Amino acid sequence: MKKIQIVCSFIMLSLVCSTISFAADTIKIGALFSVTGPASFLGGPERNTAQMVVDEINKAGGVKGRKLELIVYDTAGDATKAVQLATKLIKNDKVVAIVGPSTSGESMAVIPVAEKEHIPLVSCAASIKITEPVKKWVFKTAQNDALAVAKIYEHLQKIKQTNVAILTVSDGFGSSGREQLKAQAEKHGIKILSDDTYGPKDTDMTAQLTKIRGSQAQAVIVWGTNPGPAIIAKNARQLGIKTPLYMSHGVSSKKFIELAGDASEGLRLPSGRALVADMLPKSDPQKKSLLSFLKDYQNHFKAEADTFGGHAWDAVMLVKNAIEKGGDSPAAIRDQLEKTRNFSGISGIFNFSESDHAGLTKDAFVMIEIKNKDWMIVK
Amino acid sequence: MQFDQVLQYALSGLSTGAIYALIGIGFSIIYNATGIINFAQGEFVMLGGMLTLFFLELLKVPIWGAIPCAIAVSTVAGLLFERLAIRPLRQPTPINLVIITIGGSILIRGLAMLLWGKDTHALPPFSGDEPIAIGGATILPQHLWILGITIVIIAINKFYFYHTISGKAMRACAYNRRAAGLVGIDVRRMVLFSFIISSAMGAVAGIIVAPLTMVAYDMGVMLGLKGFCAAIIGGMSSGIATVVGGLLLGVLESLGAGLISSGYKDAIAFIILLLLLFLRPQGLFGKPESERV
Amino acid sequence: MKKELLKFAAFALLVMLMPLAFKGGYLMNVLVFVGINTMLSIALNLLLGYAGQISLGHAGFFGLGAYLSGILTASYGWNAWLAMPLAAVTVGILAYLIGFPILKLKGHYLAMATLGLGIIIYIVFNETVDLTGGPSGLSGIPNLAIGGLRFDSDVKNYYLVWGFTLATVLFALNLANSRVGRALRAVHDSEVAARVVGVNSRLLKVQIFAVSAIFSSLAGSLYAHTMTFISPASFGFNFSVELLTMVVIGGLGSIYGSFLGAALLTLLPEFLRAAHDYDIIIYGALLMVMVMFMPGGLVRGVPELYRKLIKLKGGADHA
Repeated sequence: MKKIQIVCSFIMLSLVCSTISFAADTIKIGALFSVTGPASFLGGPERNTAQMVVDEINKAGGVKGRKLELIVYDTAGDATKAVQLATKLIKNDKVVAIVGPSTSGESMAVIPVAEKEHIPLVSCAASIKITEPVKKWVFKTAQNDALAVAKIYEHLQKIKQTNVAILTVSDGFGSSGREQLKAQAEKHGIKILSDDTYGPKDTDMTAQLTKIRGSQAQAVIVWGTNPGPAIIAKNARQLGIKTPLYMSHGVSSKKFIELAGDASEGLRLPSGRALVADMLPKSDPQKKSLLSFLKDYQNHFKAEADTFGGHAWDAVMLVKNAIEKGGDSPAAIRDQLEKTRNFSGISGIFNFSESDHAGLTKDAFVMIEIKNKDWMIVK
Repeated sequence: MQFDQVLQYALSGLSTGAIYALIGIGFSIIYNATGIINFAQGEFVMLGGMLTLFFLELLKVPIWGAIPCAIAVSTVAGLLFERLAIRPLRQPTPINLVIITIGGSILIRGLAMLLWGKDTHALPPFSGDEPIAIGGATILPQHLWILGITIVIIAINKFYFYHTISGKAMRACAYNRRAAGLVGIDVRRMVLFSFIISSAMGAVAGIIVAPLTMVAYDMGVMLGLKGFCAAIIGGMSSGIATVVGGLLLGVLESLGAGLISSGYKDAIAFIILLLLLFLRPQGLFGKPESERV
Repeated sequence: MKKELLKFAAFALLVMLMPLAFKGGYLMNVLVFVGINTMLSIALNLLLGYAGQISLGHAGFFGLGAYLSGILTASYGWNAWLAMPLAAVTVGILAYLIGFPILKLKGHYLAMATLGLGIIIYIVFNETVDLTGGPSGLSGIPNLAIGGLRFDSDVKNYYLVWGFTLATVLFALNLANSRVGRALRAVHDSEVAARVVGVNSRLLKVQIFAVSAIFSSLAGSLYAHTMTFISPASFGFNFSVELLTMVVIGGLGSIYGSFLGAALLTLLPEFLRAAHDYDIIIYGALLMVMVMFMPGGLVRGVPELYRKLIKLKGGADHA
């Protein structure tokens, strides 16, 4: 029995430790980001950005004179952990709202917790399933993958290249994209000639590309996050594939250009406006938010911001605005979130309503092309 | 189905398979000298790649200096691992050793993440990236490097194990450790040697594959797993059988992806391996041996 | 035997009283997973610790239980109490059939074959999108319910899961002390000798493999109904390795050891969270240190450590 006693005392100790950290008079916002693990390319910038935004808000006097406190936990991309930590945020830390998680899988896992405990959740993940059907307490800031697909398909329709091959990664991001690519094809008059997948840790995709080369596809659409698409771009170059490659918004960071090198020339992808902020016309309503986000990020972290951090920027700002308008109870925040209109964020212009908790249209995306290792807007 | 497609599948499979083989031999060498399945083997592959990047990008060492440095540091890591974690073990049962190596791999991966961050990085190829056409299929110069270096390493291995005293001593350990000890072979030293050799080989594998696959702190997990499979198909031999095992695995994956289904390609490879094992429980290349009681 | 029973009663009492100490904090949620992992570790320990057969694919059986339960209830509207045993029986039969060829293999071939099996199951979860939802996961799995009582809070789930876990402990203790348990240990020590004295070692190994798979499947069903969302990532190779680690760190061939191993490795990340980015390094180092200094697992190592401490203290008193 001695061992059990020891285990118990450990448990007690940790419980005591975890309840110590509370400060009076702050409004607590919880955050779940996958700072480590396979989705760290999302969670890392998101955590940085969220912390930065909260610091900036507090520096400017907080919300209604009260300071915000951000409590961030790392989910490591693990759905089980995300659920445990969401419970911890709600029950132990008593947060009034949660931003994140970073990935669709984790978000889907956390949704039942938020719904049951009546805490607003502003997810930073892309899958359309998170807000469709609409869940009372769940919102999201990342552009729907459905919108990205629509953007690519419209572009292809315009240049009359309607026979495509798709190559998607077999994880949550890729399979959600694949579903949308297949679902929307008919509507846009697109024919999918070849439908292949690759594993998130695969190191060579020449087999899939060889198969695609054998088909009559006029465009190849690749749905994945780094490093897979960079390897595919290099493989395609090795095989001498001349068919134009289209990528998803999952690679919209400078990292992709760095990884794919010369093979990235001429690739096209739909992306949020953060990548091309300086090229936008003055009249663009998002320009102000974008430039301030990019400048703050550069000052804080001495690194270039990407669109992923922008999801967290939007989430924190939306929650802050809701608190300003309605007060700091979870129910009031939820109600005010739903009333958000014309909020110019990083990912786009948000208009939430009772029937729409994603709030963006496909205008949140612009088609961009990689030229001379930089982004260009495709007219 | 066209011939040049199949040729491309085969060539792609062979070049991935060569890497599996190289990692697999690392597994076999340690297994034969010690009976340990070293789950940290994949981390030495990662160390090779990450250290090359580290010397190249951060310390600005030219590539031909960075590579030997990376191999040297990885080898020292292997040496330390044996000295600090394997040798002091009080009850070296196989299962305890497995857990030690699992712990070691988590530790090494964690250190790499802390030191070099979580980002993926690209490494330049050794000699350009102009594709080379071979009868309708194309490969990169780097693939030739991989195949060439694999062959050289296997030749060196062969020479070491059959024509040097210490190589022969290691084979004796593999055959019967106690008997080897009785005839005066320092078994503990051979164990240390086996870790040194296989960590160096792992690092080489990581370095030559890095320009194609890119490097990240977690690249060793999948490659280690595949190398382990290659070694087992080869019957844990440190010679040609494991090479065949690796190439077989690579080609099966590539053909599976191209001809049947890209989603199920790993499953196809594993199902074929399972069926082969069911038909020949003693391993593909093993002879049925009578059980020792 | 009486002592065994007393020990179990004390353990059960402790488990039952635990929630009073936590009053529904989030650690209750973690303790639910300690229960599920304890079930899984015991299942694997029956195979590894008693019969001496390694498996690197147990996360697959765990996942099959979770997905069968999840699909039958969420997509086909079955009653969860019907889905759960059906899943367990299906997984048991599957394990039984595949057990014959697989358990013919020995040593690293067995490790490789079970690893392959686990990976194949994992890929099937990922690829049969219409059925499992693929990598995006399966949501909308209902909670278990008895009459009007729905197991929808951490405390309720705690009692549900630990009810099953305690039953598993009792079953495993009984099995270990029965004729079967003795036969298993004989197979573990020497298969040939066991055969000589009349143990049908082959059948026995396959049967224990199936039993182990059944308990893993039950744990999977419980996981699905408490989480209400499952995705393939929870059932991959890494989790198989983690289970193996739990069994070895806890102590091979000890039922309470499996509990200690599962509890430690499930709770450890909670303690280590304070260490932020260093947590993974500490975790790895702890695994190594524990095997080095407690090669027999926690269940043997902790009492030994305790005795040493007493001795040390005694020595100091004398001086």
